Amino acid sequence: MKPFKRVEGLVVPLDRPNVDTDAIIPKQYLKSVKRTGFGPNLFDDWRYLDPGEPGMDHSKRRPNPDFVLNQPRYQGAEILLARENFGCGSSREHAVWALTDYGIRSVIAPSFADIFYNNSFKNGLLPIVLDEQTVDRLFREVEANEGYRLTIDLEAQTLTTPSGEVIPFEVDAFRRYCLLNGLDDIGLTLQHADEIRAYEARRRQEAPWLFEGVE
Amino acid sequence: MSGKTLYDKLWDEHVVRTEEDGTALLYIDRHLVHEVTSPQAFEGLRLAGRKPWRTDAVLAVPDHNVPTTDRSQGIQDPVSRIQVETLDRNCREFGITEFPMNDIRQGIVHVIGPEEGFTLPGMTVVCGDSHTSTHGAFGALAFGIGTSEVEHVLATQCLIQKKMKNMRVTVRGQVGPGVTAKDIVLAIIGEIGTAGGTGHAIEFAGEAIRALSMEGRMTVCNMAIEAGARAGMIAVDDTTIDYVHGRPWAPKGELWERAVAHWKTLHSDPDAVFDTEVVIEAADIRPQVTWGTSPEMVIPIDGRIPDPADESDAVKADGMRKALEYMGLEPGTPISEVAVDKVFIGSCTNSRIEDLRAAAAVVKGRKVAPGVKLAMVVPGSGLVKQQAEEEGLHEIFLEAGFEWREPGCSMCLAMNADRLEPGERCASTSNRNFEGRQGQGGRTHLVSPAMAAAAAIAGHFVDAREFAEEAAA
Ligand code: SF4
Repeated sequence: MKPFKRVEGLVVPLDRPNVDTDAIIPKQYLKSVKRTGFGPNLFDDWRYLDPGEPGMDHSKRRPNPDFVLNQPRYQGAEILLARENFGCGSSREHAVWALTDYGIRSVIAPSFADIFYNNSFKNGLLPIVLDEQTVDRLFREVEANEGYRLTIDLEAQTLTTPSGEVIPFEVDAFRRYCLLNGLDDIGLTLQHADEIRAYEARRRQEAPWLFEGVE
Repeated sequence: MSGKTLYDKLWDEHVVRTEEDGTALLYIDRHLVHEVTSPQAFEGLRLAGRKPWRTDAVLAVPDHNVPTTDRSQGIQDPVSRIQVETLDRNCREFGITEFPMNDIRQGIVHVIGPEEGFTLPGMTVVCGDSHTSTHGAFGALAFGIGTSEVEHVLATQCLIQKKMKNMRVTVRGQVGPGVTAKDIVLAIIGEIGTAGGTGHAIEFAGEAIRALSMEGRMTVCNMAIEAGARAGMIAVDDTTIDYVHGRPWAPKGELWERAVAHWKTLHSDPDAVFDTEVVIEAADIRPQVTWGTSPEMVIPIDGRIPDPADESDAVKADGMRKALEYMGLEPGTPISEVAVDKVFIGSCTNSRIEDLRAAAAVVKGRKVAPGVKLAMVVPGSGLVKQQAEEEGLHEIFLEAGFEWREPGCSMCLAMNADRLEPGERCASTSNRNFEGRQGQGGRTHLVSPAMAAAAAIAGHFVDAREFAEEAAA
């Protein structure tokens, strides 16, 4: 996983609540057996005027000029500003893969759906929760100022706006550690293999029916 | 010290170790796998040269991509076929038990787990699928995970988790006749909102919940995720134990007795404290229909489409406007005047035998309205289908003009050939009415099986209780 330390990037505002994972990456693209290549289909139904299917040349499709991601001023955005309950719906990690493949490094919102929030950290995407007033204010600032960029410092847990205002944010210590170092958490867990085996041995005594195999 | 909630008990029994910041390593008893969210996880194992920790705790089934029509020719769509074949191959390579497409036990992952007794009370159950919350109906801690976590569980039998908060939703008293589990859960989501349970594990409690069958309880827990909660659960009682008894993978003999003794402790202590409590009066719940593009956009069958002008929150009002535009609806229209093009009875929310019986009771001796282009029933599993056929339900549906299909997810998310065309309106027993969920431009209204059946007969939304009364009269 790519470590996340400091990102200084253009912000794109997506002004709607409850953006669900079906909207982030529609189901026809979930048929892929890979982790990459989802970027062109991020927000597919909103982004294009014609229907999309896997295997198409998406650069030849008709973009929806009204959709925010297609506006010239937001090209190359790395930070997505969103509303409450972002990423609700399915557990598909493809939603995170589509965002990162497109080039988004961080999503800022007043709240996230739990599974999406979890999935983000596993892929080097930093979800930042800020209170509703602050998010509201950021929306106004981004929309009023073309080329609006934010600096995210994960080490310091701060956001810095173009005017120099510093906004702190919270993130779990363990998740922050993994993200800063780009760590594979399976490797970390396997360091505790003996403890897992000891747990299993104890549970086999207490609740043997849990180990009745299905083979 | 106050007592423990059901969630506290399940959590404590499964913690292997806890870090200083409260992050825990949680042991997973059961892992369900389907074709959509697993290929990248198996690939990850392969790349890292890792093996599954415990293959006997894993059960795999293809469900999202499988065709619901004749399967003798295999899967026509080449991309879907590759995904299903990839699952078959991965299961063979890693030694995982799979019910392949043509196995009688194949079906939707959340239907077959309980049906086989693979899901048992007191277990931790995960699947790369958000509706894993379904299994919480058994007094289990069950929740959906992403693909990285699927790989993590395969490799370590554990997950890195932070404990969620405790929430209890009590449905007080009894619902009226003809009001179903689906109506209860839609009413709950209408009340607390789609983010109402975020960060929480929800325990559903109260007389109305206790009175539900296991099928009904699974419907309620299935949609906990639609209320924002990764996990929904219901305490174990005799209904739970009777359902589990005799299932293929349920414990037998002396082990059964020991298990039951433990399962009987799986309820919240009377003095347990919840971070959030919600109480809903069962008597107020009427059959529900969603009108918008989020499950919280829901009204009773005698209601009217709401007006964004009456909403004080600007962000919400804007969301309502976008939803109305997408759904092609005008504020103030009675929902009972809205006509449907298609009807879908199926999905992990409502495709179990009880659901099919409820729909058949409405349909019996009637015909699908001429304006309805397609009405289909997709049983949740091969075994549900078999039982329904033994009871003659398929004949009732076929005589009325419904299609009777092979089991799978089907038009719940339209990854196979079953889908809505742009602008088509569907009465659906599934769980998500998101934009494009059932096909690009498709318009989904979530309802119970009886309400979907009634809409098929009437050609528009209608109170299913009228049909039940007629049938009884
Ligand atoms: S039936 Fe629908 S919600 Fe359930 S697992 Fe399948 S796609 Fe997901």
